[in-house]
Amino acid sequence: MATSTVSMTVNGKQVSADVENRTLLVQYLRENLGLTGTHVGCDTTQCGACTVHIGGLPIKSCTILAHQVEGADVTTIEGLADGDKLHPMQEAFRENHALQCGFCTPGMVMSAIGIVERNKDRLDEKTVRHELEGNFCRCTGYHNIVKAILAAHKEMTA
Amino acid sequence: MPDGAIGTPIRRREDQRFLTGTGQYVDDFNRPDQTYAWMVRSSVAHAVIKSVDTSKAEAAPGVVKILTGADWAADGVGGLPCGWQVIGKNDVAMHEPPHPALVADKVRHVGDNLAIVIAETKAQARDAAELIEIDLEELPAVVSMADAAADGAALVHEDVPNNLCYDWEIGVKEDVDAVFDKADHVTVLDLVNNRLVANPIEPRAALAEYDPAGDHYTLYTTSQNPHVIRLLMGAFVLSIPEHKLRIVAPDVGGGFGAKIYHYAEEAILTWASKKVRRPIKWTADRSDSFMTDAQGRDHVTTGELALDKDGHFLALRVQTNANMGGYLSTFAPAIPTYLYATLLAGLYKTPMIYCNVKAYFTNTVPVDAYRGAGRPEACYLLERLVEQAARETGIDKIDIRRRNFISAAEMPYQTPVALEYDSGDFIRNLEDGLKSADYDGFAARRAESEKNGKLRGIGLATYIEACGIAPSAVAGALGARAGLYESAEVRVHPTGSVTVFTGSHQHGQGHETTFAQLVADGLGVAVENVEVVHGDTDRIQFGMGTYGSRSLAVGGSAIVKAMDKVVEKGKKIAAHLLEASVDDIEFDAGTFRVSGTDKELGIGDIALTAYVPHNYPIEELEPGLDETAFYDPKNFTYPNGCHIAEVEIDPTTGEVTLCSFNAVDDFGRIVNPMIVEGQVHGGLVQGIGQALMERCVYDDQGQLVTGSFNDYCLPRADDVPSFTVGTNEGAPCTHNPLGVKGCGEAGTIGAGAAVTNAVLDALGTQGIHNIDMPATPHRVWQALQQSNG
Repeated sequence: MATSTVSMTVNGKQVSADVENRTLLVQYLRENLGLTGTHVGCDTTQCGACTVHIGGLPIKSCTILAHQVEGADVTTIEGLADGDKLHPMQEAFRENHALQCGFCTPGMVMSAIGIVERNKDRLDEKTVRHELEGNFCRCTGYHNIVKAILAAHKEMTA
Repeated sequence: MPDGAIGTPIRRREDQRFLTGTGQYVDDFNRPDQTYAWMVRSSVAHAVIKSVDTSKAEAAPGVVKILTGADWAADGVGGLPCGWQVIGKNDVAMHEPPHPALVADKVRHVGDNLAIVIAETKAQARDAAELIEIDLEELPAVVSMADAAADGAALVHEDVPNNLCYDWEIGVKEDVDAVFDKADHVTVLDLVNNRLVANPIEPRAALAEYDPAGDHYTLYTTSQNPHVIRLLMGAFVLSIPEHKLRIVAPDVGGGFGAKIYHYAEEAILTWASKKVRRPIKWTADRSDSFMTDAQGRDHVTTGELALDKDGHFLALRVQTNANMGGYLSTFAPAIPTYLYATLLAGLYKTPMIYCNVKAYFTNTVPVDAYRGAGRPEACYLLERLVEQAARETGIDKIDIRRRNFISAAEMPYQTPVALEYDSGDFIRNLEDGLKSADYDGFAARRAESEKNGKLRGIGLATYIEACGIAPSAVAGALGARAGLYESAEVRVHPTGSVTVFTGSHQHGQGHETTFAQLVADGLGVAVENVEVVHGDTDRIQFGMGTYGSRSLAVGGSAIVKAMDKVVEKGKKIAAHLLEASVDDIEFDAGTFRVSGTDKELGIGDIALTAYVPHNYPIEELEPGLDETAFYDPKNFTYPNGCHIAEVEIDPTTGEVTLCSFNAVDDFGRIVNPMIVEGQVHGGLVQGIGQALMERCVYDDQGQLVTGSFNDYCLPRADDVPSFTVGTNEGAPCTHNPLGVKGCGEAGTIGAGAAVTNAVLDALGTQGIHNIDMPATPHRVWQALQQSNG
């Protein structure tokens, strides 16, 4: 299987590796870089557990090849907190009990930040629910996730 | 009140790792020199295996080993065992056909395991699998239970006539028939309880490693009960004794029942790891999950309720057919019998109940417990019958419940279907629920909807469930092949901090937090000085795991029992140090005190003395402060509650919008209300999913039509509203030391019936009185067209 070199910035660090051309970004993150916080929950781009930020935009890393993000700036769940200080979205998830098993959580948090970024001026429950449709959670019933995102919106736009 | 005391909503300690991407799920583990596996599965539902030719695949790049059903059979290893034997009518035991992990003779469902390919990379294993030539001679498939029972139907297992696994009953049919013959009114309902796929977001995974030096195996697996897997796989499948087999179930990404069972891949990987002498990792993709995770529900039922002229329930008669799928999964036979029919009294004083259950094999994925497991099916049947009876008799649906409820004063209450309820105040839950849902304001809201051309409905489900599974002797008498106690170890360290080892397993429930609260409360130590360890058979003495909302009621009670032993020993040490009689020592909030004096010592002093026993009654007492306990419950626990759903239907599209959902639940005493509410929210959406969206579909060849998230309709955030949930703590469990009942499944148990009753309340205005779940826009629209036509 053909391989070639791919280079990008992940969580502020320049990384480079020789990988099979068919390698998905999520495989590259998990298997080459050992960043196992990004999860795979399906094979049809439905569940959103693999969501990361590429150039600041939430993208499902199971549906993009590592080579497609050559030179890009990628942020994963591991790169969100500032040292021991959690990102306001992470903090809001904890404060509002917006996670249970934790498996969908990294993707959920990355998507949620995107929702706040897109709706800085105004965000209501209906918009949150609509824009969360790319992420499955089977544990929380979404109730507390919605609460957390609205709380984080307040914090992030204060 | 100390920080973290019982009843306080402290934030979860496990969140830190999950929020920062540092959780450790099975697929996150890697071992040196690891290989990767791909499972080769049947693409058809029923076929004779003519040949499996692996020669081309074996030559493919990176392939380490390929093993087939022939290899499995040649090694003479066992099949996957069933953990519960149901004895049917006339003492006829259920049929229990073999369940080979890799099949050699024929396949019995789409996804049945034909071979395992082990290679240097996952991609190489998958590529090589494409090169395996499989010759299958297709047989007619039996898919529905009607197919399975039909004369001349194909047989899933040749030695199981009519595909009938068992024919079981509870109650005396003749006596119940006699009551029906004289009843003033009989309500009859034909229902389908739709098949569901649990779909935890983490797919199953396993990583097996064999250590030749010690002849020792380690298996990391996505399990709700690692010790049970060790027992089943070690003793019944691979003949590996416990001391040579370690099972680790680390962070697990949701279970909902589907990760209770012993699965073929666990045994195949462990078996193969010795052959290749290298670690092997297998991770399911979502297609694997749909084809091989045990599925849920799938009942076809006729229920009849006999009433007198005042609306009192006289008798209930039920005939249920339950689909087992192609093989018996670990606890499958128990679900439609002991976890379903025994709940058919519900909250009501129905004096006579008869239920017959026929379980069938079909060419579909095996069915087993899915969140609620039998109890949602019982609640759905009963609450549908009750609201239908109310409509038919013209009695208000609240009044008919009030007339038939068991009252709090009648507790404990022996039902005619084996269970003895210990506690509950059903009227209070009902009244709180009606208030919370603003039931009195419904008429105005309906009028408003009508003005907008919409149909509005309100529906209730009042439920009771049996949790805290289970008294071992009772379970054993009913066919369980295991005890259902739980174990705990409370290790007080020399400086007074505590590590708790629990046989319960957490996969979202927050035990690391809740159990720490228990110990902080019980021993009077700071909650941050308590660590909870679970999920590793080498670290925890034993465990029966987490399912049936049992962790706090059984696992938590085991912890309390171990703490009692710590306190008992601590009192002896304190008596020695304080020069008092042990009978005079009292313990409260971390302090041992000579009764009526100010002579006291903290638990930290006692712990230090126990480990540094210089001044110590060494002749009578061993050093150390580390106690273990096994707790076997005295009875089931009985969570109960009142769930009220309100829906609006657009008659032009058939779309059902869930406007509100109000739940009032009695879970007994609450340790962490934040976690309890979260459990209810999640449970509700699984029940709402069943009522409005989810349905596992096979075509008539047994092909799985809903085999991905593109086809299977899992609820998303914009499919559900926010909820109003509340609890009543006024009727705690009377027979466990914590007074707790369990909260994990309640939402799923009540929601399906409440939502469907709400849909039928809305459609009833158009003369429609029956609809099967899920009430999709298509089904609702069709019903409206037929009704208007």
